[in-house]
Amino acid sequence: MTIPVLEITNLHKKFGEVEVLKGIDLTMQSGNVVSLIGSSGSGKTTLLRCVNLLEDYEDGVVAVEGEQIGYKQHKGRRIRLKEREIARQRAMTGMAFQHFNLFPHMSAIHNVMLGLIKTRKTPKDEAYAAAEGWLDRVGMKNWKDHYPGQLSGGQQQRVAIARAIAMNPVLMLFDEVTSALDPELVSEVLAVVKDLASDGMTMLLVTHEMQFAHDVSDTVVFMQDGRIGEQGPPEQLFHNPKSERLAAFLKNSKF
Amino acid sequence: MDYDFNFAAVWRDFDILLSGLGLGLVLAVISIAIGCLIGLCLAFAMLSKKRSIRWAATVYVSVFRNTPILVLILFTFFALPEFGINLGKIESFIVTLSVYSGAYLTEVFRSGLVSLPPGLREAGLTVGLTEFRTKILITIPVMFRRVLPALGNNFISLFKDTSLAAVIAVPELTFYARKINVETFRVIETWLVASLMYVIACSIIAAILRRTENRLAIPK
Amino acid sequence: MDIMQALDAIWSARWPLLDGFGNTILISAVSILLGTPLGVGVGLILSYGNRVLRFIVRLYSDFLRGTPVFVLILACFYILSIVGIQLSAFQAGVFALTLFCSSHVGEIVQGALKTIPKGQTEAAKSVGLTFFGTFFSVLLPQALRMILPTWVTTATEIVKASTLLSVIGVVELLLATQQVISRTYLSLELYFFAGLVFFLINFAIEKAGRFVERKVSLPN
Ligand SMILES: Nc1ncnc2c1ncn2[C@@H]1O[C@H](COP(=O)(O)OP(=O)(O)OP(=O)(O)O)[C@@H](O)[C@H]1O
Ligand SMILES: [Mg+2]
Repeated sequence: MTIPVLEITNLHKKFGEVEVLKGIDLTMQSGNVVSLIGSSGSGKTTLLRCVNLLEDYEDGVVAVEGEQIGYKQHKGRRIRLKEREIARQRAMTGMAFQHFNLFPHMSAIHNVMLGLIKTRKTPKDEAYAAAEGWLDRVGMKNWKDHYPGQLSGGQQQRVAIARAIAMNPVLMLFDEVTSALDPELVSEVLAVVKDLASDGMTMLLVTHEMQFAHDVSDTVVFMQDGRIGEQGPPEQLFHNPKSERLAAFLKNSKF
Repeated sequence: MDYDFNFAAVWRDFDILLSGLGLGLVLAVISIAIGCLIGLCLAFAMLSKKRSIRWAATVYVSVFRNTPILVLILFTFFALPEFGINLGKIESFIVTLSVYSGAYLTEVFRSGLVSLPPGLREAGLTVGLTEFRTKILITIPVMFRRVLPALGNNFISLFKDTSLAAVIAVPELTFYARKINVETFRVIETWLVASLMYVIACSIIAAILRRTENRLAIPK
Repeated sequence: MDIMQALDAIWSARWPLLDGFGNTILISAVSILLGTPLGVGVGLILSYGNRVLRFIVRLYSDFLRGTPVFVLILACFYILSIVGIQLSAFQAGVFALTLFCSSHVGEIVQGALKTIPKGQTEAAKSVGLTFFGTFFSVLLPQALRMILPTWVTTATEIVKASTLLSVIGVVELLLATQQVISRTYLSLELYFFAGLVFFLINFAIEKAGRFVERKVSLPN
């Protein structure tokens, strides 16, 4: 069997005294698309952010392609990796945020090029061509010289996705990429995500769009109070929920 | 009152006054450059996780913002030599003004940094930049553009503060104005011309800064 | 650095130093107390005056803010006596600081009035308030809260600027200290002492300002 792209074992995370992740286990193989659903505060964002170490975690292991993220074991003790190592590991995964977080002082294409040039050490002209290609892929090639402030939310999000996938990550993380958007802009972003999924990209995504989760995922994970409440194929989770909690949650979500 | 205005004497020495103005500008530019470095470091120190570092930066800012610049100038020039630190009057003045402006700029940069959305830094990290490079490439450039107006105001005040260099005989505009005042007794003319030179210089600087702001502004 | 010797020098010069301290407080207090109402007038004219008045006051304010305080003090000191207004150095200095204070307060007041949303005036008028009614019961109370922090900063600026009067021979704290230095040669210790006292004055003003700010802040 091949090494899983993502393997999370017994992940625990606290904010101060409050434990928000209480032992998460999750495995993803190459090409998997996993959606995290669950009520607000259940820990979906936190889980995602532990995968690229935007949040430290106290206990358990997050491994991407078999490599533990952020820490190494040394004589039975856990040691935080050096900054440089962590930066390299972060570039293995790509992330798209709810609020896009484009670099406002750079044009769309320079947003996409930055990681290529600075992290991947790609020569400038090559990076430019690659970035242009990715912008084309998300339908933003004609806007490449615009600055984030000049783009709509949907357009910014598409550039942000291009910025992330341009790094050729083994795993893409999406955190509610449509929930800051005006309703009429949601579909253009979802179309991009769907396109990537059908192309075989491994993705872990948090979403409140149940129909979308249903259509795009192989596995849906229902999070509840920092634990995985239920997981399985979308058909099963959405149409035959086992727990009361999930049934109630689905009833309250728009579908 | 009857006072016969006669600008001839002042006019004769106008080039000297102008050179004094130039020196003041140079002093201000050098000092704000060093002050920016101090301010940047201390602004990050103010946001540090370590309490002792935050505290040290706060003390620096509080002390240098609340102490008269004249006392600092005199202290650096007359008292530091007792520590064996002998600086020429220009160097001594630049040191003082840099340290002083560092305190003000710390506040400017700190508030600029906290006004940035936290996602900006995180986005830098997710494309594989280290914390340091994220600062250099993302947070600092964005913050700088945001604080440019405040930075400009600080520069203008700093430029006006260079008038105090006269006290330790640095030959800038105010120094020459006092000299001409004493030598020619054209009191009103001298001070009128000197202040007008400051006023005009300040408005020109302000206009240049505004243009720079527009040029550097992030397109919207 | 000989601390005992310095403390001894300070102790034996305690009366002149205390005198200087008193003068510093007096100069600052009078300048702030005179400059503030004058500045409020400046701010009001800049906000509501007719065009001619506004133009004149704009010129006044811009001129004063473009001139370094030090130049302002020297100019007032030298010029006033020439034009037949016989003021002591103390009075001329206070006059200059008052002008300085007024221009700053004017700017602050105008800025604050500008940021109050237009809807406030319209709402006040719609409940039948006159211009004065609107101003005193709606705009001013809001403006004052906004002004307070910057006004406190201006006050500390005035205290710092009061040291400049030492140059025209007013024996405030700095000059009193320098007189002790000229007798004892303890420049390091005594400049440090003066700096510390000024710091403490301004620190106290700042803290008091924060306290009042908290007291009058609106719940939100
Ligand atoms: N930086 C933080 N400091 C303290 N507590 C935090 C922090 N970030 C998140 N939390 C808490 O952790 C819990 C999980 O938050 P998280 O953002 O992961 O939830 P979520 O499932 O993504 O919710 P939502 O659907 O609202 O985005 C919440 O109770 C939240 O209040
Ligand atoms: Mg979330």
